[in-house]
Amino acid sequence: MEQSNNSTISKITFPIKGIHCASCIRVLERSLKKVDGVSEAVVNLATGKASVLFDPEKVKNQDLESAVSNVGYKALINEQTKSEDDQKKEREKELKDLRNKVALSLFSGSLILWGSFPALMETAPLVLRNSLIQLFLAIPVQFWAGFEFYRATIPALKHRTANMDTLVAIGTTVAFGYSATVTIFPGILQNIGIEPSPYFDVSTIIIGLILLGRYFEAKAKAGTSEAIKKLIGLQAKTARVMQHTKEVDVPIEQVVIGNIIRVRPGEKIPVDGVIIEGESSIDESMITGESIPTDKAKGDTVIGATINKTGTFTYKATKVGSDTMLAQIIKLVEAAQGSKAPIQRLADLISSYFVPIVIMLAFVTFGVWYIFPAQPAFLFALLNTIAVLIIACPCAMGLATPTAIMVGTGKGAQQGILIKDAESLEIANKINTIIFDKTGTLTKGKPEVTDVIPSPSVIPAKAGIHNQKILKQVQDDILKLAASIEKGSEHSLAEAIVKKAEDEKLVLDKVEGFQAIAGHGVEGFVGKNQIFLGNRRLIEKEKIALASLEREISKLENEGKTVMILAANRKLAGLIAVADTVKDSAKDGVSKLQKRGIEVVMITGDNQKTASAIAQKLGIKRVLSEVLPDQKEAEVRKIQAEGKKVAMVGDGINDAPALAAADVGIAMGSGTDVAIEAADITLINKDLTSVASAIELSKKTMRTIKLNLFWAFGYNVLLIPVAMGVLYPFLGILLNPIFASVAMAASSISVVSNSLLLKRYKI
Amino acid sequence: MEIDKIFVAFFSLAGMGFTYWFFLMKKEDVVSVTDSTDITVEGGYIPSVISIPKRKTTKINFTRRDPSSCLEEVVLSDFKIRKFLPMNQKVTIEVTPQKTGEFPFSCGMNMFHGKIIVR
Repeated sequence: MEQSNNSTISKITFPIKGIHCASCIRVLERSLKKVDGVSEAVVNLATGKASVLFDPEKVKNQDLESAVSNVGYKALINEQTKSEDDQKKEREKELKDLRNKVALSLFSGSLILWGSFPALMETAPLVLRNSLIQLFLAIPVQFWAGFEFYRATIPALKHRTANMDTLVAIGTTVAFGYSATVTIFPGILQNIGIEPSPYFDVSTIIIGLILLGRYFEAKAKAGTSEAIKKLIGLQAKTARVMQHTKEVDVPIEQVVIGNIIRVRPGEKIPVDGVIIEGESSIDESMITGESIPTDKAKGDTVIGATINKTGTFTYKATKVGSDTMLAQIIKLVEAAQGSKAPIQRLADLISSYFVPIVIMLAFVTFGVWYIFPAQPAFLFALLNTIAVLIIACPCAMGLATPTAIMVGTGKGAQQGILIKDAESLEIANKINTIIFDKTGTLTKGKPEVTDVIPSPSVIPAKAGIHNQKILKQVQDDILKLAASIEKGSEHSLAEAIVKKAEDEKLVLDKVEGFQAIAGHGVEGFVGKNQIFLGNRRLIEKEKIALASLEREISKLENEGKTVMILAANRKLAGLIAVADTVKDSAKDGVSKLQKRGIEVVMITGDNQKTASAIAQKLGIKRVLSEVLPDQKEAEVRKIQAEGKKVAMVGDGINDAPALAAADVGIAMGSGTDVAIEAADITLINKDLTSVASAIELSKKTMRTIKLNLFWAFGYNVLLIPVAMGVLYPFLGILLNPIFASVAMAASSISVVSNSLLLKRYKI
Repeated sequence: MEIDKIFVAFFSLAGMGFTYWFFLMKKEDVVSVTDSTDITVEGGYIPSVISIPKRKTTKINFTRRDPSSCLEEVVLSDFKIRKFLPMNQKVTIEVTPQKTGEFPFSCGMNMFHGKIIVR
């Protein structure tokens, strides 16, 4: 919500829930304008927000809320900011309270321990050795610091449920209750032959240590959702929108599609759009993970929240509000963090029975130790029962998987790796075969001129073919002629030649008599020279000798390139080879996967010769060529039938069925809704090494989850029996309840900290 | 065996039986919902089992009254939703289930559980 005042008129912008069509806008605007004191109301379909000009003396927020709710929508005037602020304030207050409670508990606990622990009590002042004083020290710890355990336990018991707090509340209440009884009524226990020694140190220190653990856990847990907060924080606050000839700073919520926005060096690009004037170098690392700034010029797309480095440019907003790439990324990461990995199922099942089972084990412990011949039986039974209740740590099991998923998916998002859900992350860990779509994924998807070979007859005899300067000059002449004649053609090969000539800054000649010969090539006149440019059929049809370059033509064709032959004045001038070139990162990307033992397969509609040439260049051994787009899905299934776990990498738009058929569909180089919808993992940058990074991230996250689960299960499975005293008959070992509380607090913290270690991994 | 030991043995067995009955044998009342429902988060979820229609958006309003950090988040993993629940504030979650079945929800630490039955 944003609000500004201008003496008698105020302006407020707030989100409205439930807007989904243009008619909603009209209904809402009409309703808001009807409110007495509202002078203007504009509702934006794209951002889902209303901007209202009103007289603050006449109109209150409630009036606007009512106007919106009267027509069936909900105005979130205070909700959003209140929620975020509240969340922060609440957490800060909780941490402060916890700190105070920990300090009091541990201070009182230490004093009590000093006055009651056999080896220390001799050094303590007499006052601390007094049980009544210890009781007074323990009361505030039990009922103020430990109040939150009761506050959680009582309503839980009312609904016949239990959690960690229930165990702590029962354990410490038993210790405190027993100690208070022996302090106030020492005779009762003496009469039944039990030494009346209080254990206030146990109840107070357990509360202190568990709260201390909770304090560190709360701090660590905040770190697990840091990535999403950082992503939200990337959003620009304002945009400099061009209004006629003026530049006006407007809040980001008011930017609409079609607005022309100016961005200066060092500024953040506010929303997604297309550059219409100017050029610049843009740092997109925060969205794509690509560390090298990208050069952009007229016609290129820019992403909101990225940083403009050098130039000034204006661009047209194409996506605003919840449609921007950043908003999509945040939405996706939030969804992934709310999903559950299949590996968590066992932990879920155990968690639902855990606390009641621990309480039952506590009863078993008390009974067995009381009946067991060790003396004093009652104290053994009491202390071991408390130890069982305190050591059990269901939280560690509950936190093991989600904290790792939160850190893993957040880390991925920061590197431009968007993971749809926890299940995709888990399956990606098991991938052993990756199928790459060729065109547009391994290759740039746009033909480029790769070779310009002059005919020996056009190289001056004196210069020879080894004179690089002369050779370059002749190549440029060939390119210039070819580009001049192709300028009028719409063929994709022609486009590649013209682009190459432009890149080389060649000035093109005027062409007359241009004619496209279908399936052959083009012809025309440059000055008085008659030019032919086309395939072998064209040149043979024109009866122009090819013999001098026959060997080069075969060589280029074997490399999977398309060869265009240029003839001037019915004489062979040279060859121009055009091919879809592989991306710079392709070889590295493929080899990184192969090094991890993953089989790489290439799938393409190209003929076998072209496909093999590209595959050979990249070191790919298995090639599926001449596969029509609608057959790709079947090919994926065939490889799966071989027992392989398959990931399919494509652009996410043309390959949607194949991506969906694969165990993990990976869409590359796109943040579009379609791609995100079709893919399990979306790689925003175009760097092919990101595929290996995504697999690596999945492996590391899964390793962390397994370690967390192993620790959480192992901890409970091993230490609960130790707390029950199973080692006592063999080794004489018993677990003091205070040590049980140390172990319990350390258990949750270690799981959360282990998940946070994922942040340190370099991917 | 001495009488006190017999008593303690009986007490332990009775305690175990009571714990089992109290926590694990409770019957959940299913609340049928058509458009929206309020769930109070206090020592668990009240009501903890709701039944909602398939292919229809249902609003579930969670209000947390329990300060336990365990309950500060609610997770509906089948719907990929994890939400922070500020104290005493209504948080609305909308779900549009596409298939029938039982979909559990829980607190962030997976200690307290509830269930959405899609009919």
